[in-house]
Amino acid sequence: MTYAIECRRLTRIWPGNPPVEAVRGIDLRVEQGSCFGVLGPNGAGKTTTIEICEGLVEATSGEALVLGKSWATEAEQIRQQIGISLQETRLSEKLTVFETLTLFRSFYQSGLDPQQAIQMVSLQEKQHARIRTLSGGQKQRVAIATALVGNPQLLFLDEPTTGLDPQSRREIWKIISDFRESGKTVLLTTHYMDEAERLCDRVAIFDHGQILAEDSPKNLIRQLGAEHVVMFEVEGQDQPPEDFGAGLPGVISARSESGTRSLSVSEIHVAVPALLTAISERNLKLSSLLTRQATLEDVFVHHAGRALDAEEAGENP
Amino acid sequence: MRPSFQTHPFVQLFLARFREFVRTPEAVFWSYVFPLVMMVALGLAFRSGDEPEVSIAVVAGAAGDQLAAVLEKQGGFQVMRAEAESCRTAMRSGKVDVVVQLHETDGTTFHFDETRPGGRAARNAVNDVLQREAGRQDPLSTTDVTATEPGGRYIDFLVPGLIGVGLMGGGVWGVGYAIVDMRIRRVLRRMLGTPMKKHHFIGAMMGSRLVFMIPEIIVILILSRLLFGVVSHGGYAAVGVIVSLGALELACIGLVIASRAKTIESAAGLMNLIMVPMWVGSGIFFSAERFPDLAQPLIRLLPLTPVISALRMVMQEAAGLTDVLPQLLVMGTWTVVAFVSAIRIFRWD
Ligand SMILES: Nc1ncnc2c1ncn2[C@@H]1O[C@H](COP(=O)(O)OP(=O)(O)OP(=O)(O)O)[C@@H](O)[C@H]1O
Ligand SMILES: [Mg+2]
Repeated sequence: MTYAIECRRLTRIWPGNPPVEAVRGIDLRVEQGSCFGVLGPNGAGKTTTIEICEGLVEATSGEALVLGKSWATEAEQIRQQIGISLQETRLSEKLTVFETLTLFRSFYQSGLDPQQAIQMVSLQEKQHARIRTLSGGQKQRVAIATALVGNPQLLFLDEPTTGLDPQSRREIWKIISDFRESGKTVLLTTHYMDEAERLCDRVAIFDHGQILAEDSPKNLIRQLGAEHVVMFEVEGQDQPPEDFGAGLPGVISARSESGTRSLSVSEIHVAVPALLTAISERNLKLSSLLTRQATLEDVFVHHAGRALDAEEAGENP
Repeated sequence: MRPSFQTHPFVQLFLARFREFVRTPEAVFWSYVFPLVMMVALGLAFRSGDEPEVSIAVVAGAAGDQLAAVLEKQGGFQVMRAEAESCRTAMRSGKVDVVVQLHETDGTTFHFDETRPGGRAARNAVNDVLQREAGRQDPLSTTDVTATEPGGRYIDFLVPGLIGVGLMGGGVWGVGYAIVDMRIRRVLRRMLGTPMKKHHFIGAMMGSRLVFMIPEIIVILILSRLLFGVVSHGGYAAVGVIVSLGALELACIGLVIASRAKTIESAAGLMNLIMVPMWVGSGIFFSAERFPDLAQPLIRLLPLTPVISALRMVMQEAAGLTDVLPQLLVMGTWTVVAFVSAIRIFRWD
């Protein structure tokens, strides 16, 4: 079968002083009908990669096939079949939602009625409002509607929910799920692990222009071998070493970050009693204890050796 | 949806431009209202008809009072009588063109500013009256004919200049600035990600400019005719041809400005770099021929100069299109050169 997207050994060097190796050998396969998430911290190369796939940025080397077609020879056909929403676009504030969608619709040979696209993003009430008067979340929905109006087989969304409130994020998640229902493909990038877990069949975790890990969210977490995280703090001056708890039964690894210690744990019912015993043996006093399911965030920490939102320098476990 | 006129991308791009334009009141003001305000203000300030008066100040005294009476009887003079000090203040502030002081014993002193227009003329006018009063006989008889017939007044000179200003502003702002703004908002990049044809986009940007220009020019022509009786002595067809080519030429200049600028600052810098020489040198408000001969070839090559000069030749001197062929040639060359280089270097992001 042909993949919706197939990237082979993609690289991209941004000229500059010094040049930036934004993408350093990415292989990517996105199956038709799936939702594929690209996750990673700022500057990981997510936008550069997705824009190579969108035909907006040229790869320095390697190749990106979209819907089985090559950008070199069939750009026009690809463009007819994809819809894109850039990380940052400010559509003309003076046009109404309907006018904007009619404009974008006119670029495609076939597609939806502008009204239909408006319906898909639930903006019927705002269709004759100028874009200037819309909220941030509504503007983002218009941007997505401009991607939908050409009735694409493949939808590219670069950080569709960044900076939005929880309510708006959920509305956008719904639009994406609805689009998926019809058997079409989505490639999205995001900073939010919960978004990827909820929406994506597969995710690739990017860092420094490379893929650290790629699988379904479930498998990625399972492969950690530690599906739970125990977080705790101890009181007093006399703090145990950073990796305290590392050798205990059921504990895979231990780390500490500004006083909060976390253990990656495979069997929580074994690890917690063992931890409590170890603490009382050392005459320490717990000030907090909390357990949670492991998330993609922990997968990133595991592979990158730092938290997703941590600064690049230092701060390693 | 079946493809139809309404859904054609060129039509939609054009409509989008049109809507953005009419929904931006400041753009409408600068392109439609401002030239009219300028025309009315300058037209009234420099209107002819009333006898132009020479303003003079006479230093008070017996002889001075007598002279003032003579001048007032003669007409054409606005006379102020005051002490020497206030007379000179009046001249410094531009209220009077010349100060006349009659001395009891040895004749008359004129104070005037050689560099100010009207200074020497006023001095001579007063001098003539004084000399004739004292009995001078002019050996030659002369007759004065003043230029107040349509075609030769300042307003007739001004209207082609204002049309030029409108075309320049429309090209540089309406095309240049608009495209840079779209690039900054990343809309250009967004459109590049669609199957939109690039020539539809460029065509719509330029085409909309040419269409917005039509009412702008027509309003200037009608109003200047109604208010000041400005007519085109060479007919309106030639005016239409020159204006159309000029609008196209300046829209292409706007396109060049817009082709690479990535920030408002760099666009504004470029726009000034290109517009200021035309504001100064292309003869909008006064004839460009006043600049030194050395600068003339350069001035004639500025994109706006041939537009205005061709319009003046047609409207004021009843020239035909063949007479302004050199100007049309310069405009055509600019159009082609600017368009080709803009397309070559145009950047979508
Ligand atoms: N147009 C450009 N010119 C020069 N360098 C660039 C350009 N675009 C991106 N870069 C550099 O390439 C690297 C990757 O950038 P990219 O935008 O792909 O990251 P990202 O993962 O999308 O980040 P973010 O989450 O902040 O959007 C960064 O170091 C960035 O500075
Ligand atoms: Mg990005």
